[in-house]
Formats: sequence, C-alpha cells, structure tokens
Amino acid sequence: MLRFIASRLLQGLFVLFALYTITFFLAKAMPGEPFTTEKNLSEESKAYQRALYGLDKPLLHQYFIYPKNIITKGSLAISTSKGRPVKDIISQSFKVSVVLGLSALGIAICIGVPIGVISAVRRNSWVDWGTMAVAMIGICVPAFTIGPLLQIFIAAKLSAIKVAGWGDPQDILLPAITLGLSTAAYLARLTRGGMLEILSQDYIRTAHAKGIPPSKVITRHALRGGILPSVAFIGPAFAALISGSFIVETIFQVPGMGQHFVNAVIARDEFLLLGVALFFGFLIVIMNLAADILTGILDPRVRIAGNAAK
Amino acid sequence: MRIINVLCLLAAALLATACKEGETAVDRATGNGILIMGNTSEPKGLDPHIVSGVLESNIISALFEGLVVAHPSKDGVALPGMAEKWYPTDPQKPDEWIFELRKDATWSDGKPLTAADFLFAFRRILTPALASDYSFMLYYIRDAEPYHKSQRSYLNCRNDPSFPVDWNTLKKVDFGPNEEGETEFNRKGLDHLAAQQIEELKSDPGLFQWPEDVSRDVREILIEKNLEFANSGKNLWDLIDFGATAPDPHTLKVKLNSPIAFLPEITKHYTWFPVPRHKIIDHGKIGDRFTAWTKPENIESNGAFILTSWQFNDHIQVERNPLYWDKGNVGINGIRYLPISNLYTEDRMYFDGQMHITYTLAPELIEYARERYPDQVRNELYLGTYFIRANVTREPFTDPRVRIAFSKAIDQQSLIKNVLKGGQKPAGGLVPPFGDYRPATTIGFDPEGARKLLAEAGYPGGKGLPEIEFLTTDKETSKANAEALQAMWKDNLGVSIRIRQMEWTSYITTMFEKDYGLAAGGWIGDYMDPLTFLDMWMKDGGNNRTGWHNEQFEVLLKKAGNTGDPQARYRVLEEAEALFLSETPILPLYWYTRNYLIHPDVKGWDPLILDNHPYKFLRLERNPDPSPPATSR
Repeated sequence: MLRFIASRLLQGLFVLFALYTITFFLAKAMPGEPFTTEKNLSEESKAYQRALYGLDKPLLHQYFIYPKNIITKGSLAISTSKGRPVKDIISQSFKVSVVLGLSALGIAICIGVPIGVISAVRRNSWVDWGTMAVAMIGICVPAFTIGPLLQIFIAAKLSAIKVAGWGDPQDILLPAITLGLSTAAYLARLTRGGMLEILSQDYIRTAHAKGIPPSKVITRHALRGGILPSVAFIGPAFAALISGSFIVETIFQVPGMGQHFVNAVIARDEFLLLGVALFFGFLIVIMNLAADILTGILDPRVRIAGNAAK
Repeated sequence: MRIINVLCLLAAALLATACKEGETAVDRATGNGILIMGNTSEPKGLDPHIVSGVLESNIISALFEGLVVAHPSKDGVALPGMAEKWYPTDPQKPDEWIFELRKDATWSDGKPLTAADFLFAFRRILTPALASDYSFMLYYIRDAEPYHKSQRSYLNCRNDPSFPVDWNTLKKVDFGPNEEGETEFNRKGLDHLAAQQIEELKSDPGLFQWPEDVSRDVREILIEKNLEFANSGKNLWDLIDFGATAPDPHTLKVKLNSPIAFLPEITKHYTWFPVPRHKIIDHGKIGDRFTAWTKPENIESNGAFILTSWQFNDHIQVERNPLYWDKGNVGINGIRYLPISNLYTEDRMYFDGQMHITYTLAPELIEYARERYPDQVRNELYLGTYFIRANVTREPFTDPRVRIAFSKAIDQQSLIKNVLKGGQKPAGGLVPPFGDYRPATTIGFDPEGARKLLAEAGYPGGKGLPEIEFLTTDKETSKANAEALQAMWKDNLGVSIRIRQMEWTSYITTMFEKDYGLAAGGWIGDYMDPLTFLDMWMKDGGNNRTGWHNEQFEVLLKKAGNTGDPQARYRVLEEAEALFLSETPILPLYWYTRNYLIHPDVKGWDPLILDNHPYKFLRLERNPDPSPPATSR
C-alpha cells in the first residue's frame, strides 16, 4: 500500500510539473501583459514594474525561478492584479470554497445516491424513467439558469434566505444546491449503472434465495458494490467542487476560488493563474489518490489484485 | 420512495411559505446609519497612488480628503477640504496657486497633517519606481514630468550655459526607453543606463543608435553628463526645480507649467490627495508598491471615514473618523462596499433589500424598474463620451471624407433607443455638455450627405473600399452595438464591415499597435474641463492611438493654456474641438449616462456629472411613506 501511495505521489509530481510548464508557456503566449491598461502607461513605468515582478528576466530564468521560490520560500509570488500575495488570496478564498464544495457534495450525495438506487431497483418503471429524465435535465441545465431561478423563486420569497451574499450559515444553501445539482445527477446515473450490474450478480440472487429481506439485500450487499463507480467519480468531483465555480460564485456573490481562474486570465495576472492552476492540480492529484485508496478498501477485487501483484 | 416523499414535502413547504416581510438588511443598515453600496469588484488596492479605477476611487474618496471637496449638488464648485482658502497669486495669470491649509487638520491617529504630507504625496506618485498609472495628473506642476520620466539628459543639460545647442531642438529626441529600439541600449534608453553601461558607450558610441540631428559634440557631452550624474549617486529629485513647495507648514504653493484657472477642480482627483507619510515610511520606501500600509490595522487616513474592515472579495467597510475636522457635519456612520461583479445579481440583491445603491442597472431591467419603482431609478448624464476610433494611418480612413461619411451614416438615436436602451445622449461632438462650455453639434445622422462624401472620396456606394475591420471587446453589449453599426453602414453606405471581438487586454494591445481600421472606444473625464477630452489627441498623447495629429489643433490648445479668462478660454477650446471634428479621427456616438438604483432612504444624493459624491453630506432616513419600497420581486 505504501509503495502504491509513494508511486502515485511521484506520478502526481510529474503531473504538476507538466501542468506548470503548460500553464506557464500558455500564459506567456497571451497577448498583452499585466501592465496593459487603458491609461497608456509610460515605457519607464512598465520597465519598473517588469523589474519589480522579475518579468524583465530571460524566459527560462522566469520558468525556473517560480518553482524554486515555491520550494525554497513557499512563495507563490504577488498577484499583479490584486496587489497581494497569491498565497493569501488562495488561502482566504479556499476556506470559502471548501465550505461551499463540501455542502454541495453533501447535497449531491444525499440526492444522487438514493435516486440512483431507487431507479435501479425499480428498473424500467415510471419511477426509473422519471428520475433519470430529471437527472438528465440536471446534467444539462447550466448553473447560470438554475442559480437565478432559485434566487427568484426561493430567495426572493423567503425572508430567511438572501438572494446573494456570504456571511450567514443559510447563505450556503442556494449556491450549494446550484453547484451540487449536476453532480447529484451524475451520481444518480452512476449509482444506477453500478447497482444494475451488481443486482444481476449471482451472490445477490443467492442472498434473495436465502430469504434475506430485500431492503437488507440492497443496503448491505448490493450498495457496497454498486456505489464503486460513484466513489471513483467523487474524488475528482470533490476537487472540482471545492476549487470553486466562477458562475456560481458570481451569481451568489461568494468570495470563493473559482473566479480567480477567469479573472487572472483577463487581467494577465500570470502569478495568480499559475498559483490557482497548481493548487487545483495538487487537489486533483490528492483527491484521485484518496478515491483510489477508498476504492481499494471497499472493493475486495482491487485488494486481491493488489495482493496478487506482490 | 420515502426519500422522494420527503423531498417533495420539503419543496412544497418552501414554496408555500409566505412572501418576504419584515426588516431587511437595508432597513437595519439605515437604522445604523450605514450606507450599503454596490462597487462591482474587489479593488486593486487602496493606495491612492497605485490604483486607477472608479471603484477604488469610490472607497478612497471616503477615506482621504484632498485640498478641496466636491459640492454635493453643484458640479464644478469647490468647498473647503484640507485647504481653508485657495487663490492664484495673479488672477490674470493663474499659473501659481496658494493653498492655505487648515491648522486643525490631522491624520486619524492624531498626527498633524501639514503641507509636508502633500509634498511627500506628490513626490511619491511621481517616483518612477512606484510606477503609478496616474502620475500624469500631476504633470501640470513644474518639473513633475521630467522627474517622473527620469529625463536625466534633459535635467542635466538644460541649465548648462556651455551646452552647445538649445535643448528645445532636441525635444523630439527621446532618450527614454524605446521598446522597438535596435540596440539593447536603445531599448533601455540613454537616461536609464547604469554607470558601467555609459562607460561602455563612451568607448564604443555605436552601442547606442543616435538620431541624426544629434551632433557629435552633443553626444559626447550627453555621455559625459550622464556618466557624471550616474556616478554621483544623486537622485534626480535634487536636480529639479519642483513647482510645489511649502513656505510654512500650513501653506502649499504650487507653481504650474502654464496658467490653469480650474486647478482646484483637478485637485479633487485622488491623485492629488495627501498620504500618511509616517505610515508609508514605516512599511517601506517611498517607491515601494504594495506594502502593508493600506491594511486595516495599519492605515491612517484624513477623510470623513476610516477603514474598519476589509474582507477580500466580500466587503470593505469604513466608519466615522472621530478626528475628522468637520465631523459634526458627517451625516452617516459608515459605508459598506460590496464587490458584486454580476450586474444581475446586484440588481436582485437590491430588490431583495440588501443594498442602498447599485453600481449599475442592467439595460434589460431599466424598463421594468422604471415602471415599478420610478422613484428609485436614476438616469444621469456622466462625463464621458463613447466613440469609435478610426485608424488614420490605414486606408480608407486616411481620407477625412471617409471618416465623416462613416460618422454621418450612424443613426445615433436609433442605436440608443433600440440597442443601448440606457437613455444615453446622442453625441454632437467630443466634449459632453457641462457648465458654460458650448457642446458641438456637428456630428449627426445624415445618410444622404454620408453617401455623397463617400462618393467624393472615390468610393461611390462603397465600391472599391478595402476590407474594413471593426475592433471591439468581447462583452455581450459590445457585440449588439457592433452589429447595429454594421447594419447601419450596410444600409446607409452600402459598406460591409467585419466585426472582430477581442477579450479586453488583447483589444487594448491591438489598439495600441494600431492593428485596426475602426475600433470601439470611449473616454471618461478625469476633471471638469474640456481639456480632459481634448489634450489626449495631441501628437504624443498616450491615449490618441489613431495616428492623427494636427499642428493647428495643438497651437489652439496651447493658446487656451495661456488664456486666463475662463470664458475666452472656453471659446478657444470650442474652436479646437470644431477643428478636431472637421477632421474627425473618431466617430462620436453618444454621451454616457449612468443608470442605477437608489433606495428612498438615501437623502442628499444628487446628480453629479463626475459621479463623485462627497459622502459626508449624505443622510439616511427611513422613508415616512408607509408603502415599503422594493422588498420583494
């Protein structure tokens, strides 16, 4: 197991470096620079600012100095558009995004998994078709439609819920639903698929033949295997949810991380861009690893295969 | 099944709950005397010398106060601020101004505020290393520009009697950095070379590409002078004869390059505000960007409010400054700024009772809001002009007749009524109407005349025109705007143009590089004077970008600069504008308006063309009207 984790971490390091390289050169390929403003800045001023951020150095030097500073100083440089350390920006907005992402994931699991189980058990009934149709809509309808609809039909009507803003605990509800809904829909479909496969297995028939109550067969025996595709999906989905969403954040005025991806590009803020890209990459690597470990624990086949390989 | 039932029940319960009633966030804020404002986005910072945006200005003007203060309801009127009195030493030729500072002025930590704070602020914003976006606002002060541009050669030679030529003949030669320079030294600029590099240049003059009109002996002297100064370790500041001085701690004297009768108007801009020298020096050097001095725990200010809370991307709050000189007249207890970038979210939050004033009102909602809440919708003229730049260095816009034809083919009224829907004013010229300046009326819809001019230029019915590209930004509204113009040019001139939408920075870069035929643009005035719209079209104007220039135009601007009488000066500027429009390197479309929502609780918020509302004059009072304003939608 340790060897597995170590090798995956090493792979992750390569992934991060590749991600850094691609992002770095893409950022450099963008037209304009951070100091391109409407107010035509003098050449002198631009030269001073380039020197301040080290952007006057040769490209290769810039390419190596950034990772070097991360490793030696733990520094992600200063954002050219926000004038504060990228590390501070990420740590402040990440807290918000974790709260929102966890709530969204909770909502997604609470809605998605039961619906998937029910439609698998009632396969080809109206319940199945109905829930799967709703799930399909959930996947297809974008957040910028659901969000405003929730604002208009729920928040504007209920005094306890604000249309947007972040501060009170109940402010989490609507953005979390908006963010979690499409994940819930995916989970429903994945759970249904996984459950259908398991329900046709011999050991389930055996369990039924032994006279175990159907509800117990489903929750004890079938769900454990049927949920595996969802578990594999939850890892990266969780990383995506807690790294924020530009659309949900702007609709509900949530000070999360997602907006930095977009705004950094618009402002040609390459340090912020690199910072959030690497941080997101890091999350994905860790979450994928966690999902793999969890799958190993839940799925005896993976454990056996792992042992056989030894 | 049980779970579905529970979910259904929950949804039904949510929908069945009664409509909103009771106290909203705005009601509570009014009760506490806190104004809540939409402010589009997280500010780049709160350092008046670093930022350049309107949203930052909205916060800075609450925290800091300049020499004079804007009037709450009258444009172009200055009230006492840090200065109690101000006057030009010679009213006939107002090129030197005296500002008598109030003796009780202090920073929010109790430290006295003196003329030295202003001098420090001026020097700081002009410090090249600080790289302020907005230093040019101080270029009116004597020697501010050469210092900010580090014109070492000029400053070292201009007063030297032994210098062989008159410096004015060298004025066209730029010794600053030149990005397109052929040698490394040209890219750096002679004025910026380090001592060692000048030594190298001395032994090999070919390292720098000298312009032809610089004679050999002048080159040698320039190298020698630059080297001497670089080795002396002195600062250029010691070399200049800076116009701003402090004869005593409570007097600020400002000597300008040329007479400016409206200087107090310019000083309302935050680039002229004092900054707390003691705090800035505590956290870094004069030229350090982004030090910690603007953090809530460090910042000291001199305005009606002090910074109390700054939650990144969430809110900024300012509250009463107990040491403010005019604290008795400050009508509200504080302001909360919300960085809401999504304009629909902002409008929904307003209608949900979460804020007093929105930054803007979405064009699609203007009709809706006017019908339901007529008393809460504002539509006000704003000191700005929307126009289209024509690249006069590129066919077919090298011919003024083509430019005028394209301008006359635009039906401004229809554009405003059918596309923009924001009650904008059709632009008759470049400078928006205000005060005693008579706005031009030359620009207007005339399809017949447009066709005739185009034919005269050799393109009857648009035949023979090269492909024309219209550069604009990637905003939804820009697209609708561009398509409407495309249709108008097609219908009225028979010309097909191509629309090229670009993301903001790429758009700016492309415009800088003059890689366009027509380009959408606009300009917001920095101060209440036509000059803020006119001087950008000078040959060296950094924001010109059309390639157009005209000597007569520049002569007129200079003449206006030397005309002391404000009315006579306006007439000269009107003449300059008329000349500009006769060649029209830009196609003026409309004068901006600002559309926004304002809660009836806010009193004393009157239309101002610069939209800089001095917050201290505001009041928050519960509306006695029993019908509750806009709490549900």
